[in-house]
Order: sequence, then C-alpha cells, then structure tokens
Amino acid sequence: MPTKLSAWDRVLHAREAERPKALDYIENIFDGFIELHGDRFYGDDKSIVGGIAYLDGMPVTVIGEQKGKTTKENMERNFGMPNPEGYRKALRLMKQADKFGRPIITFIDTPGAYPGMGAEERGQGEAIARSMMEMSRLKVPIVSVVIGEGSSGGALAICVADRIIMLENAVYSILSPEGFASILYKDSSKNKEAAEHMKLTSYDLKEFGIVDEIVKEPKGGAQENIKKVVKSLKQNIVNDIEELSKLDKNEMIEKRYEKYRKIGIN
Amino acid sequence: MVIDKIKKVNKKDERPTKNEKASDMLVGKWVKCDNCKEILYKEEVHNNLSVCPNCGKHFRISARRRIHQIIDEGTFIETNADMKTKNPLNFEGYEKKIQSLQEKTQINEAVKTGFGEINGEKVVIAIMDGNFMMGSMGSVVGEKITCAIEDAIDNKLPIIIFCVSGGARMQEGIISLMQMAKTSEALAKLNEAGLLYISVLTDPTTGGVTASFASLGDIILAEPNALIGFAGPRVIEQTVKQKLPDGFQRSEFLLEHGFIDKIVERKDMKQTLYDILKLHKKGGK
Ligand SMILES: [Zn+2]
Repeated sequence: MPTKLSAWDRVLHAREAERPKALDYIENIFDGFIELHGDRFYGDDKSIVGGIAYLDGMPVTVIGEQKGKTTKENMERNFGMPNPEGYRKALRLMKQADKFGRPIITFIDTPGAYPGMGAEERGQGEAIARSMMEMSRLKVPIVSVVIGEGSSGGALAICVADRIIMLENAVYSILSPEGFASILYKDSSKNKEAAEHMKLTSYDLKEFGIVDEIVKEPKGGAQENIKKVVKSLKQNIVNDIEELSKLDKNEMIEKRYEKYRKIGIN
Repeated sequence: MVIDKIKKVNKKDERPTKNEKASDMLVGKWVKCDNCKEILYKEEVHNNLSVCPNCGKHFRISARRRIHQIIDEGTFIETNADMKTKNPLNFEGYEKKIQSLQEKTQINEAVKTGFGEINGEKVVIAIMDGNFMMGSMGSVVGEKITCAIEDAIDNKLPIIIFCVSGGARMQEGIISLMQMAKTSEALAKLNEAGLLYISVLTDPTTGGVTASFASLGDIILAEPNALIGFAGPRVIEQTVKQKLPDGFQRSEFLLEHGFIDKIVERKDMKQTLYDILKLHKKGGK
C-alpha cells in the first residue's frame, strides 16, 4: 500500500543530501568493484561512475549517475548532471559488457543532463540519443534502478532496460516540478502543485507500466536503514537477471522493444 | 465561424492557415524580415519558398508547404492522419487546447507522416509542424514517427524526417519522455534492416527531439542558421551566467563541431535528398 506521503514529500526525499547515492548501492550490493574511467574521446565525467564487479559471484557491469552528499562532493560530481562524455563513457562500458556477456545494472539519480556550453558543443543531444538507441539492442540483460531523482532525458539516457526498479521515494519525470510549474503554470513557486499533477512517484510509474518493481523504503527514507533497502533491492536485481538470463536473446531484445513500444498510443 | 474561414484559405493547398507565422501569411502585403530588417513584399517571400530574398533567412513553414516543396505532386499518401491525442496526466484544459489547435491549423498533431515520391523515388516521410504546440513531442508524435519508421522497415524504404520541435511535450509528462526511447529503438531496428534514414533539422530543433531521432540520422542535413540544441539558449545562459556568443547552437556551429553532415538551402533540398536517395539504391542507379 502506498504510504501517505505526498508527491512533493517524495521529491524532497529523492533529493535529500543524506540519501544513499549510486556508489553506496554499488558498494553494498556488489563485490570487488573496479571503477573504469573515460569515454576514449574527450574525458572522464565524474557525474557518471561505471565499472565491473561481481553480483553474487557473477561478473556484471555497473553504471550509476553519482551525486555528492556535501557541497564539495557535489562540485566534483557536477551535482549529478552528466556531460556528453558521461553518457559516452556509460555506452562504452555497456558495449564492453555486451562483448563479454555481462549483465548491466544502471542506477539513475540526476536532476538532468547538464545544460552547459561545452555540453552543447560536444553534442549532448547526440550522446543521449545514441545511448538509448544502442541500449535497446544490447544482447545482455539490463536492469535499471531509479534511486533518487530521475529527471528528463538525462535520466532516460541510461534507463532503456529490460526491467526498471524504482525505490519507493524516488521520482521519475520529464523535468523538475519547478521547471514544469514555470513552463505550464508560468509560476515556478507552484512546484508542489506541479509535483502532484505530474504523476512522478514510483506508484504512478508502476501504474503506467513503465516501472516493473517498487522497493520499499523505511520511514524517513532509504538512509534510515540502508542495509534493509539494499537487501531487498539486491534480491530484485538478482531475480530479474536470473529470469532474463533464461530468455532467448532475441526474445529478450524483442520484449525490451515492446516495453517502450507500447507506451503512449496503442 | 473560424472554421469557415480556414476552409476557404485551405482551398489553395499550399496557402497558409490563419495560425501560421507572420512570415507564412499573405494577409497584408508587406512583412519585415526579422533578420535583415528589410521590408519585403509578402508574395515575393512566399514565392521564394519563404526564404528572405534579401538575406537568405529561412522562415519557418508548415508541414503542408514542406510536403508541397519536397514530395512529387499527387504522390503523398498520408498515414495515421486522425490518431487521437491522449491526456495521461489529466492535465486541465489539454484536450480543449488540442481541439482548438486542430481547428485552427487543420492538422491533427505536430507531425504529418506518409508515403511519397521524390523525383520518382519512393520514401517514407515524416514532417513536423511548428505551428502545432511548437512541434512538441507527445504520444501522438512519438507514435506517428515510430509507425513511420516501422512502415519504412516493412516496405524496405528509406525514411526522411524533417524536424522542428521545442522538445518533449510537457503536458503529457513522463509519457512524452518515453517517446524518446520509443523512436530511438525503432531507429535501431531500421539500422539492422540496413535502411537509410536522413534527418533534416530545421529551425528550431531542440530538447527531447534533438536527444532522440533528430540526432540519429545516417545523414543529417540542416537548413541554414537553424537553432539546434539539447538545452534551450535561455536555460544555458541562466546556468553558465553569461551571454551566449553569436551563432551558438546554429547550423553552422553544429557543422563546425561535427554534428551535422551538410547545410542545405531550401531551394536545393529536394535535389539534395534525391541525390542521396539515388546513391543508396542497390546497384547505385
Ligand atoms: Zn532578410
């Protein structure tokens, strides 16, 4: 049953500084994580982390949008707002996973792709588009987990998956409630109202059929008992990968195609 | 009634409707070019493909006129012309807005799709229309584009998409966002089928459309001086707290940075498309 939190309460939870970030989940769910760096074209974007690790003894590729918990960390991580090289690093690692037959797990937590001058010069739109296009055809299981803020194309870029899991207090939307309010209500202070109308909670997303599973959080958010959240999240990921691994590869890709194909008009 | 007036205007198919941009209109005889400030005779601009005869500025045009300019006369067969817009967020006033726009523009949504011929070469074509909610992509635009891509795959035809868009349509929330993934994965299938996709970027192409099918062409063309980008210029200026240099995010800027193949003037567009199509025919002839 959904708890009594409002959509806006969940937006606040999703953004909390103390809330566990991608690296917290990576550390707690996987063993022997080796971080790999760089997109081989331009640089290493610290707002996306990625690498190889074991999931209960199985080699996997792990990618996550990484916010900081302190101002200093956030400066270093660009507040979790990737530049094109972040998406290109993610895609490089996913293609590497494809080559070696490793399942992919991605963690989504971003206020959006970075709207800077350099990002435009280096093709932010192209980087996001290519990532989605290529993910849709990878021959390995992909599980995406929305752990905090899943905002706009910056989130979707690494969230084209066979299964999407969402933490109960995470949000996933076309843009921030503030942005939505300022565009559609011409008043960014109507952010709470916007949040209620946007259908951005885990329960909304499950109802739309976009999200497959919700992982419950303790009162006060995931940080109140990360061990418990990790345990049930890990169980979901393991189950999903086990089920997906049983499918014929073409069938798995076709099902992934259908998952997005049916959203909207049908 | 507004509708009656529109119908009259519509008799001449390439004529603009009331809602089209000033540069598209024949009402009143003169128009000032917003680029070179020259006062121009409207009919002359219209007859010049809506390109300023003085400075070459390419004004925005409707999907209907674009089809007229690109597709051989009498060969366009429209698909999914009456697909219905949904209101997944139950956003207040959205259905009304759509309905009144449909009446005003006489098009059902922000993209027209169909089959047609370019100098006799069969293609699937999708042409976005900026007069309909700034060409924003909601579920109908995403679905029509995806269907067009699938039509190309099923019929082993090349596809051309003319883009003009303010991005994903906010009123449909997350459902609009997901159209980016839907159209992109359809293009992945098109690639596996070995079929050609030419993307043509026109002013403006931004947001979720830039971050999906617009950027995924085998060949990407653009009209001169079109605004093309992911983030809008105002958002960038607010973020970096400085004014953007002249020409930032324009076609010429994208060409320089390696994101488009060629800038093509409107008068040369049909021939250029034909030349590319011809080269991709099996056997090359
Ligand atoms: Zn001019």
